[in-house]
Amino acid sequence: MKKLSARRRHPLAAVVVLLLALAATGGLYTAFAPADKAQADTSAQSLAIDEGKKLYAVGCASCHGTGGEGSTDGPSLVGVGAAAVDFQVGTGRMPAQQPGAQVPKKKVIYSQAEIDQLAAFVASLGAGPNVPTEEQYNPEGADIAEGGELFRTNCAQCHNFTGKGGALTNGKFAPTLEDVDPKHLYEAMQTGPQNMPSFPDTTLTEKNKKDIIAYLDAVNSDDSESPGGLELGGLGPVSEGLFGWIFGLGGLIAVAVWVAARTAKAKKS
Amino acid sequence: MSSQDIPEENLPAERAADEHAHAHGDVSVAHEKDPFADPGLPPHEHRIQDIDERAAKRSERTVALLFTLSMLSTVGFIASFVTIPADRIVYIFPLGHISGLNFALGMTLGLALFCIGAGAVHWARTLMSDEEMTDERHAIAAEPEVKAKVLADFKQGAKESALGRRKLIRNTMFGALTLFPLSGIVLLRDLGPLPEDKLRHTLWSKGKLLVNMNTNEPLRPSDVAVGSLTFAKPEGLEEEDHEFQTEIAKAALMIVRLQPENIKDKRELEWSHEGIVAYSKICTHVGCPISLYEQQTHHVLCPCHQSTFDLADGARVIFGPAGHALPQLRIGVNDEGYLEAHGDFEEPVGPSFWERG
Amino acid sequence: MSTTTTPNPSGAGAPGRSREKAPAGEKIADWADGRLGIYSLAKANMRKIFPDHWSFMLGEICLYSFLIIILTGVYLTLFFHPSMNEIEYHGSYVPLQGQLMSEAFASTLDISFDVRGGLLIRQIHHWAALVFLAAMFVHMMRVFFTGAFRKPREVNWLFGFLLFVLGMFTGFTGYSLPDDLLSGTGVRFMEGAVLAVPVVGTYLSFFLFGGEFPGGDFVARFYSVHILLLPGIMLGLVVAHLILVFYHKHTQFAGPGKTNNNVVGMPLLPVYMAKAGGFFFLVFGFIAVLAAVASINPIWALGPYRPDQVSTGAQPDWYMGFSEGLIRVMPGWEINFWGHTLALGVFIPLMIFPLVLVAIAVYPFIEAWVTGDQREHHILDRPRNAPTRTGFGVAWITLYMVLLVGGGNDLWATHFHLSINTITWFVRVAFFVAPVLAFIVTKRICLGLQRRDKDKVLHGRESGIIKRLPHGEFVEVHEPLSQEAMHTLTAHEQYQPAEIGPTVDENGVERKVKGPQKLRAKLSTAYYGEDGQIPKPTAEEYKEITSGHGHH
Repeated sequence: MKKLSARRRHPLAAVVVLLLALAATGGLYTAFAPADKAQADTSAQSLAIDEGKKLYAVGCASCHGTGGEGSTDGPSLVGVGAAAVDFQVGTGRMPAQQPGAQVPKKKVIYSQAEIDQLAAFVASLGAGPNVPTEEQYNPEGADIAEGGELFRTNCAQCHNFTGKGGALTNGKFAPTLEDVDPKHLYEAMQTGPQNMPSFPDTTLTEKNKKDIIAYLDAVNSDDSESPGGLELGGLGPVSEGLFGWIFGLGGLIAVAVWVAARTAKAKKS
Repeated sequence: MSSQDIPEENLPAERAADEHAHAHGDVSVAHEKDPFADPGLPPHEHRIQDIDERAAKRSERTVALLFTLSMLSTVGFIASFVTIPADRIVYIFPLGHISGLNFALGMTLGLALFCIGAGAVHWARTLMSDEEMTDERHAIAAEPEVKAKVLADFKQGAKESALGRRKLIRNTMFGALTLFPLSGIVLLRDLGPLPEDKLRHTLWSKGKLLVNMNTNEPLRPSDVAVGSLTFAKPEGLEEEDHEFQTEIAKAALMIVRLQPENIKDKRELEWSHEGIVAYSKICTHVGCPISLYEQQTHHVLCPCHQSTFDLADGARVIFGPAGHALPQLRIGVNDEGYLEAHGDFEEPVGPSFWERG
Repeated sequence: MSTTTTPNPSGAGAPGRSREKAPAGEKIADWADGRLGIYSLAKANMRKIFPDHWSFMLGEICLYSFLIIILTGVYLTLFFHPSMNEIEYHGSYVPLQGQLMSEAFASTLDISFDVRGGLLIRQIHHWAALVFLAAMFVHMMRVFFTGAFRKPREVNWLFGFLLFVLGMFTGFTGYSLPDDLLSGTGVRFMEGAVLAVPVVGTYLSFFLFGGEFPGGDFVARFYSVHILLLPGIMLGLVVAHLILVFYHKHTQFAGPGKTNNNVVGMPLLPVYMAKAGGFFFLVFGFIAVLAAVASINPIWALGPYRPDQVSTGAQPDWYMGFSEGLIRVMPGWEINFWGHTLALGVFIPLMIFPLVLVAIAVYPFIEAWVTGDQREHHILDRPRNAPTRTGFGVAWITLYMVLLVGGGNDLWATHFHLSINTITWFVRVAFFVAPVLAFIVTKRICLGLQRRDKDKVLHGRESGIIKRLPHGEFVEVHEPLSQEAMHTLTAHEQYQPAEIGPTVDENGVERKVKGPQKLRAKLSTAYYGEDGQIPKPTAEEYKEITSGHGHH
């Protein structure tokens, strides 16, 4: 809420809106154009790969190469696996709109069926992590406290204590983890999207990942508790200081003005 | 401030006019000489409450109401304390899911205190006299006679003490007074041990396995994928250990795997194993655990002060306030295929210090 | 004390009552007077006059938040365990159950979750601390910009300054006590800074932490510093500060009836007793509400300290933010020689840190030296009438703010979609450029405002009424100011620039002019020369304009 209004007032807001509008137009086109062809849905794996290949040719090949070999505009997709595709396309990061320090999360333009087809195609290029099953990422019954410690060891340095996000070098950033789908959290840890390092099962086990997801669910979701009151963005002393100055001292000065003001006089001077 | 509508007959018209004439008695003369002369305090003006008893009564009732509200709030505070469980979470817009007890106690305590204050201030502002008064100031510095007396007294006292004449007393006294604080300084000696070479050594030594922080298992090269990030501690160091905090503050390790052809620094390549490099996790600036690893650029950033190191180039500093590269730990593989250290760090880890060299 | 403009009400305590029927209150007062001399004390102070202005109450906000901090702090000591022994947590907060942590951290969790009202008191304590420091900052700036630091109040200015600095360190030692991941990172930074001190740094660090960092001692040591040593000194300074305020009597703004030799306002009893006493409750109540609605330092979300863990967005509380800015934007200079390392990248900011503070603290003495003024000053300056001082003050605040931006560069980067490296470079440049620009701009604005005041005095206030003259010209009618207003606008004093005097004496022998003297003359010209102030209107100017051609 605060972030949005701060962005709206940003001098580049108009430019961003324009770019978004342009991109949305293009995005909608790419979304709908292949959608017609995808009507003939089939469960057969080879058909899925074929369909995925067609989607790929339209939406991805210009940057990642027609065979997923990569180009100057995008990395090779050989061996990234279905999980990477599911994360990148499923969070709307791919297809990318414009080059920049980092490709941000945005509106998802493919249906889950199409994403699965794309994933199947990319997975056929070279073996990589599969899309996790719900059993793998469902945080129920996981150890929240253990997850907290793992989060502080492995994740907090970039994503903040409770996953509010943070800055990286040269305009890159670690995004907020608020309300990110557990499946996508799992995939991100497994595949290491963009500049994020990966945390494969060999070093961060499936249970570790579940614990982390459970911790995030406890401290960084819509109904997370903030016993002390307003969370102030969960950003620590900077937002607390700002709040203390504006509402704390500001309010007290307003009170002081009332205390020191002269009471209304009875006659006109 | 703003003026208000008051029935004519309530205004002390004559008195005000009198005062005005009095206060401004000689101003017109002054005005001729100096247009900017001080006209003196403006005449006092009455508030509504001063002349209208009904308004004064209203103020009185307001003050009493505020004090009563405060009493009720205190009762509310005690009631909340007794009735609301400490772990009750309530949703209050726009604050979120917050502790009901904290909110209730804070609001009632705040209201109880604020109402006392508001009542007192309202009382002072509307019912106590608001006539401005004047205090004279007097120079802070003493009159010359006082000063002369004090100086004379001092001279007399100094003379009687004979401090100036009896040099031996004076000098030994100064000596004694200068020396005795040394005891205090000496007493501080046992605040801590001497540094010796403690900052130069960590728990790492030849043959110690690299143990994964997350799983508490020793690492194999195949566990560490290109682009992944792993944290390790020396074999044998457990969280429950008494010295864990102090030891991990020096021994914490950050392990990444690069394509060997991407490693630009020759020594780094030599000290690595199949592209797996192990660097100290402790920033060389002021010691934050540095680990914001960007797997595409191979840069690692410190979240505290933004020192940036290039892990593909001997962890040299490429931005920020750090003064030197992160120390690298030389690693290899033992007979059983586990990653092991080939010795301690060759230079001290963490922040620079005078004896570091 | 001549507080006799109103007839004394013949209330209690007035002499003349029959001796044998003295009320109980009077008897007690008599008893105390015989031992403490309270009547003489009350004679001087009971009806002491204080002027009314909201900005004079900023100091009261400081005083009251300080009292609130002491009250709540005493409560917190009843439950806090200043120990770094590692224990396993089994309290009410689920996401930390079973975790290893120091007793200090665990007891802070208990205060927050298991002691009823403990969380409220913790939050009041911390919010009051932030407000305390912020109020001291604003109070100090009020005193600075109105020139209230001039003779005889220089010593009190220094007391206030010391309180601000000590407040910063009391805050730092205080928020480090819970031994959480955020404050532990701050303590680690402090250790790194101490290590950077040449020659003795390593030893200092080992003595401070009882060995290597973090060891098991610093919480207990910080605790005694935080609850005893620093607040004790501060309490003494606060008392001295208040005694001097009483002794000097409060300053006042220029106005009709207000001179350098009097103080105009309301008496302590009853008006200020009620207003100031009431204000304490207002401040306390307000901060209690703040603590009810807004979370501060939620250590349970930060987790216990581990030297190998960290979170992004690691910042100190706001009052330490400028030192964080200094350390973040400093280039990483380091010199190695003869087996020694000089970490300039840390040591230089460590040295600039006190300099930034001292720059504002010594200003009153520099100004006093430039003016050479030995008189007492009790009438406050309007900031516009002291353009050089105001410019310097704004430049200092600008520097402070630039450093705060540097200290929060990562949050600026994420919230405004900027590059952290760009912000760092911006701060590096702005550190030198922004204060200079701020000084120039502020001085110009002040001079403009002085000109406007002069116009107002000489030509009156623009009434907004347009009049057409017989020959067709349109003019705006200017209303002459009241004498009160004219007096107020011309009451300030203006210095003349100091001169070195002839460099050759009457015998033709060259007189040696010393460097400091030359510097003083130069500074004085900068302060009070043609570019430093607009000569205020004189009576002659006014008479010429008003008598001759009428208003236009």
